[in-house]
Amino acid sequence: MLKKLLVANRGEIAVRIIRAAQDLGIATVAVYSAADAESLHVQLADEAVNIGPPAAKKSYLNVEALLKAARDTGCDSVHPGYGFLAENAAFSDAVTGAGLVFVGPSGDAIRLMGDKVSARSAAAAAGVPVVPGSAGRVEGLKAGREVLTETGFPVMIKAAAGGGGRGIRIANSLAEFEQAFPQAEAEALAAFGDGGLYMEKVIGKARHIEVQVLADGSDAIHCYERECSLQRRRQKVWEEAPSRALSDGLREELCASAVALAKAVKYSGAGTVEYLYDHEADRFYFIEMNTRIQVEHPVTEAITGIDLVAEMLRIAGGEKLRIRQGDVSVKGHAIEVRLNAEDPAKEFAPFPGQVAELRIPGGPGVRFDSMLYQGYQVPPFYDSLLAKLIVHGETREAAIVRLIRALHELKIGGLKTTKPLFLALAADPAVRAGDVHTRWLEGWLSENAAALAG
Amino acid sequence: MAQILSPLPGTFYRSASPDQPPYKADGDAVSAGDVIGLIEVMKSFHEVRAETAGTNIRFIADNEDPIMAGAPLADLD
Repeated sequence: MLKKLLVANRGEIAVRIIRAAQDLGIATVAVYSAADAESLHVQLADEAVNIGPPAAKKSYLNVEALLKAARDTGCDSVHPGYGFLAENAAFSDAVTGAGLVFVGPSGDAIRLMGDKVSARSAAAAAGVPVVPGSAGRVEGLKAGREVLTETGFPVMIKAAAGGGGRGIRIANSLAEFEQAFPQAEAEALAAFGDGGLYMEKVIGKARHIEVQVLADGSDAIHCYERECSLQRRRQKVWEEAPSRALSDGLREELCASAVALAKAVKYSGAGTVEYLYDHEADRFYFIEMNTRIQVEHPVTEAITGIDLVAEMLRIAGGEKLRIRQGDVSVKGHAIEVRLNAEDPAKEFAPFPGQVAELRIPGGPGVRFDSMLYQGYQVPPFYDSLLAKLIVHGETREAAIVRLIRALHELKIGGLKTTKPLFLALAADPAVRAGDVHTRWLEGWLSENAAALAG
Repeated sequence: MAQILSPLPGTFYRSASPDQPPYKADGDAVSAGDVIGLIEVMKSFHEVRAETAGTNIRFIADNEDPIMAGAPLADLD
């Protein structure tokens, strides 16, 4: 078992990790930038180390400062959280090289899954269906034209080194393709220093469904799926589990494919295999694997009763998987919404400031993961996630009713937040019916955004 | 002399990206409406424009400085 953990992150996920570690009797060290000295994670950890100025590059992304903090405080392990250095293979290697345990997969596993082309090849080799497209990097326009016979139109041209929705172009015809391909090549080279491209069929009305896996380097299990189809600018805003779009048979097939991939790459820790689900064709396709704990992990915890962060810490401490696949079962339905410091009535403009008033929702089936407290000054330097509200009910309908109840209980004074968005979504007939896809929310927002003041 | 103030809190950048030259160097002339820098607030980027023209801009804030709303970014003659 790990003895002392450096939490190399901030915000709600640092708080989440500190809580899991303390529950297991592991001592915790928080790190903070000059802008985060008053943060909740600093208050809750056993010790805290100032690692630099506000800019993330000089603090939370500063590998030297993080390793020094771990050494100086006698830590034996580092948890990267999500974002920042969580999927940086060199950081995983550096932590291991310093004689510490990295709570996550090896640098090699992160590299394999971080490159879209090698991840796709690994998935295909493990028998996981992939979106029709190029088998690897597409070398030149001529090779690109040949791939079109597989994909048809519309086709997506992606930078192999891209991520987070960057470096993506869509062509609807051969003429558009011939124009877009060289542009994408030049852009990828300029943006990522790597002009490598690959191509994929565009799945029209797709749902985003992802499978949570836990693995110990040899064995792997899944903890069923989450659906995250409600997205704005490719950022998830509302996540739920299980997905009601899947039949039981397809669910088992989907989850088994994620386990096969995790085993094939000798994965260790918690990971998420992401898929597009084509509802009309009733088929799923691999998109990518995220080699970290994800923002939306609590919905899986709600329906399975598994503490995913605690399991990550146990696995990192050298334990074999404690949970057998047959022991994982789904109970009820859970929904998470992301409360961001953004004004949904003004195109989601960021809204840092001071929390003048705070009323946290509670009662049965309600969980609130956050770094907020009354008087907290939300700094402008980091992402806008303030809190995650997670509700659990016997059915999806009950969970939505509970979500509305909890949102009404929640009061965050002094800031604009995305709360009005979720009240409106929870009342929307399409959301109530679960009849959405990954581009649904943007269309909805163009018609309803003005009504989100509140 | 006029001062250009930051409209937002966040991180100040003097160029569009790390491999680009600064929008303006000390001593440059500035027209009204010129972009003089970026403020990154919660991962979104906002251009800062000069409201008035001047013949000589001198930056007070450095690249990547943390900035509060209303803080002076540059003097302008």
